[in-house]
Amino acid sequence: MADAYRIAIVGSGPAGLSAAARAAQLGVSHILIEKTDHLSDTIYKYQKGKHVMATPSQLVLRSDMDFEAGKREVVLGTWDEQTAGHDVNVRLNSEVKAVEGDAGNFRITFADGETVSAENIILAIGTQGNPNLVRCPVDDGAVVQYTLDDPGEYVDEHITIIGGGDAGIENALGLAADPEQNNSVTLVNRGPEFATAKGANVKALLAAGDAGRISILTETTASHIGTGEITFDTRDGETKIRCDRVIARMGSAPPRAFVEACGAEFSGPDRNAFPVLSPTFESSKKGVYVIGALAGYPLIKHCMNQGHDVVEFINGNTTLKPADEPILEAKFKNLPGRKSVDEWLEFLRSSVTILEPMTPLQMREFMLDSEVRAYRRGETLFDRADPGSSLFAIASGSVLVQVDADDPSKTVGIECGSIVGEVGLVSGRRRGSTVVAAEDSICVEIPRMAALKLQSQVPPARDAITRIATERQLLQMFGSGLTKEDIAEIVDSAEIMTIKAGEAIIEEGDTGIDLYVIRSGSMVVEKMVGRKPVFLSYLPAGSYVGEMAVLDDTPRTATVRAAIKSEVIKVDGHAFRALLEKNPELLARARSDVEARENVNNFVEAKKDSFSGVVDMYSSISSFLVENGIGEATDVLLIDENLCVGCDNCEKACADSHEGLSRLNREAGRTYAHLHVPTSCRHCEHPHCMADCPPNAIHRGDDGEVFIDDTCIGCGNCQRNCPYGVIRMEKVPPPKPSLLSWLFFGSGPGPGEPEHDWIEERVAEDTPKQAIKCDMCAGIKGGPACVRACPTGAAIRVAPEEFLSVARLETEQG
Amino acid sequence: MATRRADVGTDLAETDEVERSTVSTGARHEGVWRYRGSYWGKMALGISVTLIIAYVLIDVEPRHNGGSWLGYTLGTAGGGLILWLTMLGVRKRAMTPGRWSLKGWTSAHVYLGLSLVVIGTLHTGFQLGWNVHTLAWVLMMIVIVTGIFGITVYGILPRQLSSNRDETTEAQMLETVTDIDRQLFDTAQPLDADGAAVIQEAIDETPFDGGIGQRLSGKYRGGGTARGLADFRARSSHGDRSLDELYDRLEALLARKQAALSRIRRHLRIKALLQIWLYIHVPMTFALLAALSAHIVSVFFYW
Ligand SMILES: Cc1cc2nc3c(=O)[nH]c(=O)nc-3n(C[C@H](O)[C@H](O)[C@H](O)COP(=O)(O)OP(=O)(O)OC[C@H]3O[C@@H](n4cnc5c(N)ncnc54)[C@H](O)[C@@H]3O)c2cc1C
Ligand code: HEM
Repeated sequence: MADAYRIAIVGSGPAGLSAAARAAQLGVSHILIEKTDHLSDTIYKYQKGKHVMATPSQLVLRSDMDFEAGKREVVLGTWDEQTAGHDVNVRLNSEVKAVEGDAGNFRITFADGETVSAENIILAIGTQGNPNLVRCPVDDGAVVQYTLDDPGEYVDEHITIIGGGDAGIENALGLAADPEQNNSVTLVNRGPEFATAKGANVKALLAAGDAGRISILTETTASHIGTGEITFDTRDGETKIRCDRVIARMGSAPPRAFVEACGAEFSGPDRNAFPVLSPTFESSKKGVYVIGALAGYPLIKHCMNQGHDVVEFINGNTTLKPADEPILEAKFKNLPGRKSVDEWLEFLRSSVTILEPMTPLQMREFMLDSEVRAYRRGETLFDRADPGSSLFAIASGSVLVQVDADDPSKTVGIECGSIVGEVGLVSGRRRGSTVVAAEDSICVEIPRMAALKLQSQVPPARDAITRIATERQLLQMFGSGLTKEDIAEIVDSAEIMTIKAGEAIIEEGDTGIDLYVIRSGSMVVEKMVGRKPVFLSYLPAGSYVGEMAVLDDTPRTATVRAAIKSEVIKVDGHAFRALLEKNPELLARARSDVEARENVNNFVEAKKDSFSGVVDMYSSISSFLVENGIGEATDVLLIDENLCVGCDNCEKACADSHEGLSRLNREAGRTYAHLHVPTSCRHCEHPHCMADCPPNAIHRGDDGEVFIDDTCIGCGNCQRNCPYGVIRMEKVPPPKPSLLSWLFFGSGPGPGEPEHDWIEERVAEDTPKQAIKCDMCAGIKGGPACVRACPTGAAIRVAPEEFLSVARLETEQG
Repeated sequence: MATRRADVGTDLAETDEVERSTVSTGARHEGVWRYRGSYWGKMALGISVTLIIAYVLIDVEPRHNGGSWLGYTLGTAGGGLILWLTMLGVRKRAMTPGRWSLKGWTSAHVYLGLSLVVIGTLHTGFQLGWNVHTLAWVLMMIVIVTGIFGITVYGILPRQLSSNRDETTEAQMLETVTDIDRQLFDTAQPLDADGAAVIQEAIDETPFDGGIGQRLSGKYRGGGTARGLADFRARSSHGDRSLDELYDRLEALLARKQAALSRIRRHLRIKALLQIWLYIHVPMTFALLAALSAHIVSVFFYW
């Protein structure tokens, strides 16, 4: 019989370590199992000397292990020492392959076939997953590795890198960077293109390929790895090259399959779904507990607290309050009525329809991310044209939506239990109306990230939000006078579709009569003139197209395609026609709208001969901008290179307005017809950078700007996720001597960003790096410094729907 | 709940509406010369014309000079204006918050600066001579003339800078040259000493060779790369296939280096032209301020 333990902890990250230390402290028989030959692999893999942050600061640490902000080496050193000090029973080099059995008697099988048994299992394996392994035969003695810590270590080697994603490309560039190292680097990619990598990386790779520093093999797979050589299958048959080392960077498989095989269920099929857990972190499989990043808590402090708590729970402690209790208490403190935290959570859950299906643990986590506030009658929840992507849920009372900008007395009521503000959530654009409390009310404000998590964890909530959003969007579009009942049929027939960038929803000449409402993303309208598509207009989220055909029964007069990945509501044309027939007023309005659109078509038709050159130019510039991501921008910096004298005062001004670091690179970026899109943030509708920020430090501010607050832990996820390369990881320099003392005495580095060395000399070596990006100079009177500081007016900031309007043609002509 | 109509149509139907709303917000784009419909240009023109008329109509006894009431007025205005024009250097570098734009300042600077020709000259009453007063006037004119050179290059060169750059950055251009050098070096390994020396000469040529004159005119003749290229074009391999291939590769690399060199040199040249005048404009401004002080002090001293 194998060794038997009360608790087996899989994974020795902060969560697992803390759990094991608690078990050791309580004298519970336990085993801490780790795949690698060291503890806490995720943190072990941080770059050397990285400053590890201990956020959120208001959360107390409850663990037998110490943890405070500091260098990676110190954090890991402390843990190694304390693990030994607490007599934690660690088993390194043991990857768990399978967990079978039931509560009280689980059997754990390791990769080498050995087994141990345990009464309870704690899964704390993080979210890194396992790197995908090479599948071809590998000879003994061949070197195959899945990570590359320091490219500088390798000299005079023939190295093959498998995988054309960012990781592989960055490794290849790193190995080939210094010719002194004299490496022959080959990069192998399975497909013909590098679709998953960032544009900047691909460009650098191709340049290195052209320069002969890296040889690039596309549409190629490795078929055999021998000692000193590697064989490939290429399109033209088999080839063999010299190879001393293979670095395989083919992505990693998320740990989900393993977790499911252990018996734990996930909340849904989404990629970002987490296991379903009880308040004591127990999964749907009795006796299997899940904590840490795998449970959806990526911050180290959370992980450690949960490790402590889960062992207490397993050990029979039923009175333990979670460590975040004080944070929740503070959130509920100002609400009317004395309720305990648990009572408040229950009250909110039972009052708001979309929160109803949540478990108490989910409610807890949800409220940590969300805010709850009491509003007096008449108090404003948000104003029209405010930026904001959060959702409001009404837990008591009710609110009024002011549907007419000019007449605040025109309102629509929304009742208790429902939601409001969902359009901002879906489209990422500014609020369309002002919402005030109709009576004293309590509302929960759910930030976008929390709302997305909610939707993926609780599918009924997602369906409810979608239906309400569709219904309201249609109601608003068709104007007042219509009721929910009028459009019930249309809402029922409506279909939400995801459209890939470049895909058309309407083709010129088609005979369909369906109507499309753009929920998120944006579309461009094109018309064939002669044999060339002419860009007619740009449709931001919230617009609708396709109504002409419903009215006139004529074929489509233009093509509408997605500028970026978008979501549309497809409304059945027959149902819409039926609605029009019942509502003459709506019909009249639709008619006049259509006439206006026909004017555009006629305009282009009429002008195509007289100034077709201008139309052409406009059309191709617009397409260029859309290709460069302007379609998902809300505010973008453009430089007219007809005027730019290259003085870089924009960069200097940017640095001087922001702690000495510039957030824009004027020279880099694409240019078309002297219109330059510099490397600088576009404040996307759905910012990619926000997708995976452990401390949730990226927000959209009052002026629509996407900014990073100072809870940034410097992990670099946002930098990696930004497809436009506009985020830098930098140490913040100390303040410079004043402008006058520079002018008169030459002290300090002068205006603009100081030289790298100047900064390095003045900041401590272990100063943490922070993510730095454009914040549109929010809070600075006068607005963006780059634009104000341009001596010739070359730098402008624009919103795409204003810039990409065919109306510009007329004025520029005139 | 932003539901917007895709209303290009309405915009076009009501064109005056477009002028004000769509285009004026955000998308409006006027450079420094057309700033506010050349407001400062009109202002400067108005001032100049008014002053000339006043100068002609107003009878000052015995003749126009700096000491008359009109002369004093012109002098004070001119002096103040010069101080304000100098402040552009500070405005450009002091990123204080506020609703100012450097474009507006530059626009005013250029046009009002030009009007100084009239203000300053009328102030002299055309009494020029070999003295500190005239020195101040001459320095002022030098500053103005360099300024005119400045706006000329600002008006012409940006487009060339942009086309020459063609989406590459300066750093990338330099990197390209280094890259080609490295390849030249590697490829040249099998050559004999004589050939290697030719290649070495080509490698030794950097974008920064040559004096200031060459760099501003862009006329480079016979650098190491050009000589190398000519040399290898003329070389014969005498039928040796592998040598032939080697020469071809080297020739191609040398041609690429030549192209890369001329691109970055053109880039540096345009940038230099865009800046060089400031190296006269600004020091002369300080000389002017000094001469102006001397002028004012001496006037009060001898008066
Ligand atoms: C670059 C970077 C910087 C970061 N910076 C910070 C920061 O400054 N502050 C902060 O609070 N958070 C930071 N984070 C987030 C934080 O590091 C992680 O969320 C945290 O480590 C998760 O802890 P965990 O215990 O859940 O899992 P992990 O730390 O991922 O540990 C999981 C462990 O399980 C092991 N394992 C996996 N599978 C098996 C198996 N089958 N059998 C046995 N063992 C297995 C792994 O080898 C690993 O050691 C950062 C993340 C990154 C990527
Ligand atoms: C006596 C009059 C003038 C004085 C004292 C003066 C002074 C200055 C100063 C101090 C600067 C700042 C340079 C810097 O810091 O980079 C400047 C810039 C400039 N001046 Fe003048 N100037 C004068 C007249 C003119 C005239 C007449 C013109 C144009 C016809 C002109 C055009 C410019 C331009 C284009 C700039 C550069 C703006 C920029 O790139 O930031 N100046 N001037």
